[in-house]
Amino acid sequence: MSETITIKSMAEWQAEGKSPEVLFWVGCAGSFDDRAKRITRSITTILHHAGISFGVLGTEEACTGDPAKRAGNEFLFQMMAMTNISVLNGYNIKKIVTGCPHCFNTLKNEYPGLGGNYEVLHHTEFIKNLLDEGRIKIEGGDFKGKKIVFHDPCYLGRGNGIYEAPRKVIEVLDADLTELKRSREKGLCCGAGGAQMFKEAEPGNKEVNIERSEEILAENPAVVATGCPFCMTMMTDGVKHFNKESEVKVLDVAELLVNSLKK
Amino acid sequence: MGIPNLIFVVVFLAACILFWRNASKISRNIKLGMPLDRSDRKGERWRLMTLVAFGQKKMFSRPWPALLHFFVYAGFVIINIEVAEIVIDGIFGTHRVLSVAGGLYPLMLASFEVLAFLVTAGCVIFLIRRNITKVKRLVMKELDGWPKTDANLILIMEISLMTAFFFMNAADRSLFISGHPHYNVDIGFMPVSGYLAGFFSGWESSQLVFLERFCWWFHIIGILAFLNYLVVSKHLHIILAFPNVFFSRLEPKGKFDNLESVTGEVKLMLDPTLTPPPAPETPLKFGARDATDLSWKQLLDAYTCTECGRCTSECPANITGKKLSPRKIMMDTRDRIDEIGKNLDKGKKPGEDGKALLNDYISPEELWACTSCNACVQACPVNIDPLSIIMDLRRYLVMEQSAAPNEINLMLTNIENNHVPWQFSPADRLNWAQEK
Repeated sequence: MSETITIKSMAEWQAEGKSPEVLFWVGCAGSFDDRAKRITRSITTILHHAGISFGVLGTEEACTGDPAKRAGNEFLFQMMAMTNISVLNGYNIKKIVTGCPHCFNTLKNEYPGLGGNYEVLHHTEFIKNLLDEGRIKIEGGDFKGKKIVFHDPCYLGRGNGIYEAPRKVIEVLDADLTELKRSREKGLCCGAGGAQMFKEAEPGNKEVNIERSEEILAENPAVVATGCPFCMTMMTDGVKHFNKESEVKVLDVAELLVNSLKK
Repeated sequence: MGIPNLIFVVVFLAACILFWRNASKISRNIKLGMPLDRSDRKGERWRLMTLVAFGQKKMFSRPWPALLHFFVYAGFVIINIEVAEIVIDGIFGTHRVLSVAGGLYPLMLASFEVLAFLVTAGCVIFLIRRNITKVKRLVMKELDGWPKTDANLILIMEISLMTAFFFMNAADRSLFISGHPHYNVDIGFMPVSGYLAGFFSGWESSQLVFLERFCWWFHIIGILAFLNYLVVSKHLHIILAFPNVFFSRLEPKGKFDNLESVTGEVKLMLDPTLTPPPAPETPLKFGARDATDLSWKQLLDAYTCTECGRCTSECPANITGKKLSPRKIMMDTRDRIDEIGKNLDKGKKPGEDGKALLNDYISPEELWACTSCNACVQACPVNIDPLSIIMDLRRYLVMEQSAAPNEINLMLTNIENNHVPWQFSPADRLNWAQEK
């Protein structure tokens, strides 16, 4: 993507006396993790391509508090939530797109009880809507006929019942979408949820991401698609563990789509 | 009314009273839980109960065990009509009182026999799965001892009850054919007992009467004993599955409750000009340490659990050899609330025994292995939520005891100071927009 996209913060939008269609909630992984930043840029490319005006909070964005809550620190979670809510309400935000199922779940389900009421969409849902409305079109692309498996992120799938949106986006690419044995309601976690991302696993006989990677690699896919920066880390590590990184790519649904956008 | 009828009435009443007393204790134990409002969205709750409890929808994600389980379930529900007949006959000394239904009666009885046969076959296969082919989730460590015996006893009792039912009908049929004056109802050739009747062709009338009476008493006393066995067994799910599904959490699974007790404190922290509310009489406790800190629904979950292990077999932590087993979380919760109940009966207050659910039953190692992925919640056929208990215990560890693993504490400190769970500067948050 050679085109430069200007990323405007909500403060800049406000200074111009305007407001964008949506707020893009980037999330911590999407802001700081090098691999996840590429997903973030793919999402902005899609938004730009579809002509969606969007803003980000930039330095005013703070962790939603999700990992604190799942780790059991409700105090810290609610402090983060209330701080974020006062920023969001200050900009009169109505609609949010997130690049992370954990941010998505927290903003959508846990903020309303603390005074933050927004229409919240995960980026795979948002992209699916753009495709449905014809605001983005697909042409060619590298994934035609390629075997793609989708790893359901827990907080998107079981957590919020969103199974179809990411699959619909993959299907549009004319790819060979193959279901894993453990998929949808029965999807196996990548091992990072519930604040596990930030600690070593408890003693056991295997890492969860290795268990999942074995299942995925048994299918011999060209691509493992996912929709979560934590799943991205875990699956990438898993594929590397088996030295399969040159044959099997791990990509976010947004990255898959960017490749096939009609110029 | 003869002496047998009197004995029957006494036994029947005693069994019912005993059941009522023990069931009341369980109900009292459940009410030891914290309050929680689940009285909303009644229509949705009835629908859910019909589909998930009555229709066993979630069982069918594993079709073969589901089908066998459905036979046992349907058999037990429908054969209760037969039990009603036995109770009436028992009290009034009548014989096969429901035969007033005329031509419908043999048809009804035949369908009971078919069902009873399916129940027996189901239970035999279940015994094989537990003891011979050893299906993994049915032979795991947490089932050693009583839980394993409990499961086998239930299956053996069910097979015995059904066998008694068949032999009772077989003896009855032979007596009718021999022209015995009391056994005057022609049940016809029944699909199972019809074949058994052949064995008794040489038997004396008195021997047949003895066999018939023995099976009749065995059947009804067995059922009354089974009723009273429920309250000390995992088998209580046949009753509690219904209210447990009715009172399910209807929110998206990813949504965790926001602790109200915390909200007040956080509001005060963020805005010191607010007037603090009067201090509560009992100091606030954040999270759960003992079973009585859990909600009544979490305790109902524990009594409903029939230890099938679908949760544990889908748990990513358990699959990869970690100590956590969602089924054990439920079994521990039930054992602990039962223990608290027994202490109460002895006049001891909850907690007076110096024990608690946390540490004495469930270790932090188990709690920290959870990825909060909701696989256990999804897998449970009766909508039990082990994850909520894990979270409440974690909350106690972190908020009351500051007992999180070091890496977790580091992550929490980062969120607090940098507003990001890693050690990055919040000023760099928008750097991605400048990078390629």
